[in-house]
Amino acid sequence: MAVLDISNLCIEFPTRRGVLSAVEDLTLSIEAGEILGIVGESGAGKSLTGNAIVGLLEPPGHVTEGVILLNGRDITHLPESEMRKIRGAQIGVIFQDPLTSLDPLYTIGQQLTQTILTHKKMSNAQAKAWAIELLNEVGIPAPERRFDAFPHEFSGGMRQRVVIALALCCDPCLIIADEPTTALDVSVQAQIIALLKRLSREKGVATMLVTHDMGVIAEAADRVAVIYSGRLAEIGDVRSVIDAPKHPYTKGLMDSIPQIGQNLKILPNIVGAMPRLDARPDGCAFNPRCSKAKFICHQQAAPLIEAGSVGQRAACWVYEGGEKYV
Amino acid sequence: MVSFVIKRLFQSAIVMLAVALISFFLFNFVGDPISNMVGQETTVEDRAELRERLGLNEPFLYQFGRFVGHALQGDFGISYRLQRPVEDLIAERMPATLELVFVSAILAIVFGVVGGLFTGLKKDHWASKLIMTTSLVGVSLPTFVIGILLIYIFAVKVHWLPSFGRGEVVDIGGWTTGLLTVSGWKAIILPAITLALYQTTLILRIIRSEMLEVMRADFIKFARARGLKRRDINYGHALKNTLIPVITVTGLQIGSLIAFSIITETVFQWPGMGSLFIQAVQFADIPIMSAYLVLVAFFFVVINLTVDLLYFVVDPRLRADVKG
Repeated sequence: MAVLDISNLCIEFPTRRGVLSAVEDLTLSIEAGEILGIVGESGAGKSLTGNAIVGLLEPPGHVTEGVILLNGRDITHLPESEMRKIRGAQIGVIFQDPLTSLDPLYTIGQQLTQTILTHKKMSNAQAKAWAIELLNEVGIPAPERRFDAFPHEFSGGMRQRVVIALALCCDPCLIIADEPTTALDVSVQAQIIALLKRLSREKGVATMLVTHDMGVIAEAADRVAVIYSGRLAEIGDVRSVIDAPKHPYTKGLMDSIPQIGQNLKILPNIVGAMPRLDARPDGCAFNPRCSKAKFICHQQAAPLIEAGSVGQRAACWVYEGGEKYV
Repeated sequence: MVSFVIKRLFQSAIVMLAVALISFFLFNFVGDPISNMVGQETTVEDRAELRERLGLNEPFLYQFGRFVGHALQGDFGISYRLQRPVEDLIAERMPATLELVFVSAILAIVFGVVGGLFTGLKKDHWASKLIMTTSLVGVSLPTFVIGILLIYIFAVKVHWLPSFGRGEVVDIGGWTTGLLTVSGWKAIILPAITLALYQTTLILRIIRSEMLEVMRADFIKFARARGLKRRDINYGHALKNTLIPVITVTGLQIGSLIAFSIITETVFQWPGMGSLFIQAVQFADIPIMSAYLVLVAFFFVVINLTVDLLYFVVDPRLRADVKG
């Protein structure tokens, strides 16, 4: 059984100018010990999906359809009091900016033990010992000494390690990492990715890695889901999606990553921009930018269709009826 | 930390000297002190003699030095009007003002913090909207109008509370207090509310906007994502992070409570320093005016120093900056 199983998730925002649907019909699952990368442009709905899972959608946004199963349990519309017990305990969340994720007025030890004691019945001494062990595990040197340090006494990379330790406090089965490396410099990025990978391998944690950085995905993820304008465009094994992308959008993305040694006069790009939520065209949201768009693409969005290697699926009419596109 | 305190104490001393200089100037610029003191019939010789006796012929700096020296010993001269030492007059009046300010400050802080938290945390609740609308009244109505309104309703119409004075007072070692008698408490209610209203609304609005700001912060989002209890997030993390601006404003407002008390004391005929000052102004009683000026400046300096030290207690980042 998958740790996280999302089916047909829809997220809507009622506004004065009508209801905007930010995420439409999203289906994906993550197994234990697996890292699923979620890629997409800003505003595609990546972070919203993460927030919806832990029940932290900013009102008036809300889940209108679909089911979110955590280890088989439906957590889609749990009341806040129930959801609070899952957040931090079964699902750990890591946010983008480690510099602002920690409360500046408390020591990291206080923040760790507070989180542990919220979810677990332990004595203060046990919680402290556990916190120090966690700090050690995420690679903070001399954790006993650093336990009483304030966040501002840590570097960015070290703070992100503390944030990961906080997310790991209660042995979660699922980690949602929302752009965990975006605010860090490249060498620190690599360390944090290695850490996330090690944790998911050793502890069997299912990880949802939300990012817009293809390099991070290639480095860390086992499978990858590409989201475009609130819909899943393509999902599959990370090597197949990167080496042989099937959806025209994914293809465009991959083409626009410059290769070392390539001598390009002009960097290929996808013409146009992702439509705003209130200006999405009928049919496939990608159709205005797609060179392969057919009549049906303007009528109806395509379902996920098997294409390419095993388990790789793309939401594109081109593959209907086993047709091959490139 | 210690060097910071020493630096601030030094700065405070400079501020106090500057204020002393200004209040000393008052003596020289608001007319000739001699003609204020003596009658019309006094001869020129007598005036010259008095001038010599009071040391008014000495060089300016020497006079100023003497003024500061005396002020440091608590000697502010003799009131022209009442012919008594100014320090005695102020010592008599100070308990009344400080008690009024104390009760008002408690009212302002309690209602300001509670109201600010409520409206900040439940910004869409109907009660929040009601509080925010009525708080506009507190911000925009002048103090004396509120005072007169309260007197009209509670003293004139329903006769619940007295309209003026301090009620019965008890003398404890030279400090007269009205807080130990029923009539004293009855008398302090209306002036304290009048004085506190503006400060309450100000503190309330600042806490509210700070809370709204902090509740959007990443670390609050992260605290929620860790499943912390709502109470811990609201009061442990959010409120503590709003404290720095709140301490700043509250500190300054307690200073202005002392300053604003002039108006409230006049409206309620409260026998405090403020009404003493107003009478002094009417009679150009300069020793009292300048002593009052120095004293209010002193309160402000002490409050600012306390506020600066409180920052260190609240914010660990400042402690680090000073260490380094």
